[in-house]
Amino acid sequence: MNEGGLVLLAILLTSLIPGLVIFFLAETSVRLRTAINLAGALLKLLLLLWVMYRVGQGDIYELRWPFLPGIDLVLRADYLAVFFGTLSAVLWLLTTLYAVGYLEGSPHRSRFFGFFSLCVFSTTGIALAGNLPTFFVFYELLTLTTYPLVVHRGTAEAFRAGRVYLVYTLGGGVVLLLGVVWLTVLAGPADFAHPAGLEAVYAQQPITLALMFALLVAGLGVKAALFPLHGWLPVAMVAPAPVSALLHAVAVVKAGAFGVVRVVYDVFGVDLLDRLELGLPLALWAAVTILYGSLMALRQDDLKRRLAYSTVSQVSYIVLGVALLGPLATAGGLVHLVHQGLMKITLFLCAGNFSEVLSVKKVSQMAGIGQRMPWSMAAFSLAALGMVGLPPLVGFYSKWYLGLGALESSYPAFVLVLLASSLLNAAYFLPILYTAWFVAPRADVPRPSQSGGETSWMLLLPPLATSLLVLGMGLLADAPFSPLVWARRFAQGEYDP
Amino acid sequence: MSELPWIVWAVLIPLAGAVLAFLWPAQGARVALLVWLGTGVAVLGLSLQLIQSGVQRYAVGGWHPPLGISLHADGLSTLMLLLTALVFGPIMLYALAYFKNPAHPFWALSLFLWTALNALFVSGDVFNVYVSLELLGLSAVALTALGGQARALVAAYRYLLASLLGSLVYLLGVGLLYAEYATLDLQTLGRVISLDPASAVALALMTTGLLLKTALFPLHFWLPPAHASATAPVSALLSGLVVKGSLYLLLRLWLEVFPTEATSGLLLGLLGAGAVFWGSLYALRARELKPLIAYSTVAQLGYPFLAFPMLGAGGEVVVVYFVLSHAFAKAAMFLAAGSVLLAFGHDRLSELRGLLQSLPLSVAAFALAGTSLMGLPPSGGFVAKWLLLQASIAAGQWLWAVVALLGGLLSAGYVFRILTRAIADPKQPAQPKAAFPMVELVALALAIVSVLLGFLALPVLRLLEVGR
Repeated sequence: MNEGGLVLLAILLTSLIPGLVIFFLAETSVRLRTAINLAGALLKLLLLLWVMYRVGQGDIYELRWPFLPGIDLVLRADYLAVFFGTLSAVLWLLTTLYAVGYLEGSPHRSRFFGFFSLCVFSTTGIALAGNLPTFFVFYELLTLTTYPLVVHRGTAEAFRAGRVYLVYTLGGGVVLLLGVVWLTVLAGPADFAHPAGLEAVYAQQPITLALMFALLVAGLGVKAALFPLHGWLPVAMVAPAPVSALLHAVAVVKAGAFGVVRVVYDVFGVDLLDRLELGLPLALWAAVTILYGSLMALRQDDLKRRLAYSTVSQVSYIVLGVALLGPLATAGGLVHLVHQGLMKITLFLCAGNFSEVLSVKKVSQMAGIGQRMPWSMAAFSLAALGMVGLPPLVGFYSKWYLGLGALESSYPAFVLVLLASSLLNAAYFLPILYTAWFVAPRADVPRPSQSGGETSWMLLLPPLATSLLVLGMGLLADAPFSPLVWARRFAQGEYDP
Repeated sequence: MSELPWIVWAVLIPLAGAVLAFLWPAQGARVALLVWLGTGVAVLGLSLQLIQSGVQRYAVGGWHPPLGISLHADGLSTLMLLLTALVFGPIMLYALAYFKNPAHPFWALSLFLWTALNALFVSGDVFNVYVSLELLGLSAVALTALGGQARALVAAYRYLLASLLGSLVYLLGVGLLYAEYATLDLQTLGRVISLDPASAVALALMTTGLLLKTALFPLHFWLPPAHASATAPVSALLSGLVVKGSLYLLLRLWLEVFPTEATSGLLLGLLGAGAVFWGSLYALRARELKPLIAYSTVAQLGYPFLAFPMLGAGGEVVVVYFVLSHAFAKAAMFLAAGSVLLAFGHDRLSELRGLLQSLPLSVAAFALAGTSLMGLPPSGGFVAKWLLLQASIAAGQWLWAVVALLGGLLSAGYVFRILTRAIADPKQPAQPKAAFPMVELVALALAIVSVLLGFLALPVLRLLEVGR
């Protein structure tokens, strides 16, 4: 085992060990639990930043464990892995802080934070997985570890949502497993780093290959919430706010989207997909989902549900960017993995604050909320404007690159989808902003009682931090180590070897 | 050290222990734990011999086949011996705390059971196999009857009839073979057997008898009441190990004795598929924990048979891995169910809300063992499922892959029936009668092993290859 491999193992253990330890802590040992949580999250972030730096220098970090004859479980830090891993580490740190404040005094916190950490463990594993079997292991582990979080509230509604969630995700897992094993039987367990072996299959049975691609993408599409496989997402909104934020920003939906990225670039490869003519169907599927999600979001009065449908739509930007099979669209789709995460987590954390402090859960109740909770609403507004695509916020860069990518691809018409979706984004976000800032507050909405801040600093700091990132990463989009630069570098590597 | 015939000790030590515990019941528990130690050493010694010098044979009393009794251990036998020792030990510890009675008849009977299993795994001829099977069946029936209630006695009686019938049918087959080939040695038979009508009938009879003992759908009728009404440690032995004895024998006969053209596994595969669906549906409808787990056994016993159509093309590995992972997972589940019974005096699913707060370790055992039963990673069940999918796709026999995948979803259904109730908040919190950390920990340890099996496929498969 090399030194680099040990670092990767350590990155996984920084969330596995806290998770397991926390299960055994008493409900009341809040400080110890919080300390363990934050220490693990910080350590993970530092290790990932170190790995990011070293991978940028060209070092290889890899760890192997023999799983079955001829098949290894592989962890490997490549561009994509570090990209997704760092995103989840940053957002997790902030969300942990938020969750500590949000769940103060509520029951079953040890259970919650234990599974919360196991969830990070699974997501980090998904990021670092070096081949499809390893990816699948962590992908299913994510399903199992998020279930207790979805049903955390313990109400009948929560259990119904949990059941829906399981039916969708376990069903998706079955389809994905079939695809993964089939691929392994035909072409061997190719590492993402050395995609090979499919050329021979293509020569003999191209239709089989297309079918396998369909299985893989359909299995992943459940978590990525591609229409009509998105049904679990709006229902899962019963989970506590920090969970919703994570499910939408980094954990579950991103696991699906990230999987699609892996399958397209590191399993099949652009060239092969181009010859199989599979880019267009995938792009069409993404486009339908983008429009459908936006249209549905327009009709929701419940704030969290509106955000949920917005996620359905936005995650498919990533898929669209990948499916267009060109360097600019790839950079746009990939960077949206990060950008959408930052924006959506801000929106959900703010929505959590509105509901916690003022019990405001519907858009129609948000009149004047900007006066009552200016900080939260300011963060919300930044993120919402980013979603609409206002420069220089991060959302603009995603759309800009996606748009350019569409224009340079063989199907420039997709730029119309992007325009239509941006209009719809504006149509469902701007009225919220207008109501919140410019309509007088209703008398029956209570004022926050605490003197001083609008709510506790733990609930305020994380969304403010992420909203500043929405602005800052936009302003510094061209700085070294910005997500956009990394995404472009990855895309160049894929298209100009 | 390596000169010692460990293969003999692996049978003699439990046998001696069983006799001692029978004659001297007050020391039953102590004898049993010593037997665990001794048999453990013997099995480990045998494994080392096997790894160093290949297949082990021993002619009892110096009489070689076809006249004498020969013992024979290859990778498959050794793996089964290891499994039995690894599952038996924790169950012994559990029983110590569960019965709180070192003079309980459980000890002598379970040691007879162990003797029978080990003898079965090292027997080299079809008649010794018959004797072991009979001992296995009788001790299992007696253990079931220990449950004591009328329900358990009726179940034990049915079990007895099924077991005797199974042995009888098997013996008929053996008789036919002996009449034709005048040998009972497994390897000799494998070389000389041909596919004439008499042999075909013999093989069909032997298979049917063993299927009845393995409780493969639709011959499973005796299993759910027996496994559900026995005491928890006994249920764990029955579901974890006893049914695997006859399954092991089926595998060996089909692999090594029966001529390949006779063994169209299609029928067994279809019955396996029937078992997966039938057992799961009943597990989804069960009202109590132990019947749910017992029906899950019916379903889980179907999976290894899905691989019978692919024997010789990777199927045998699948069978073995299902046997291993199910043994640990199911023993863990029954033991955890036993903890629930100890704590609350009942195992009605509808009243298990809040179990996570009162018995967290047992719920963890259910969750981990459940992961393996559902075939989700990382676990032994996942490795088994992966191997099955790989074999069936490679052989172009997609049906078995589809059945296994659907079966996985159904088992998720019944496993989550337990877990969702456990995690829910109770209306009134039920207080357990006492704390049983030792009992709970044993169940959890077995469940953890069933998960760890997901990482140990390579050494297991390597051991299995010895003599193949």
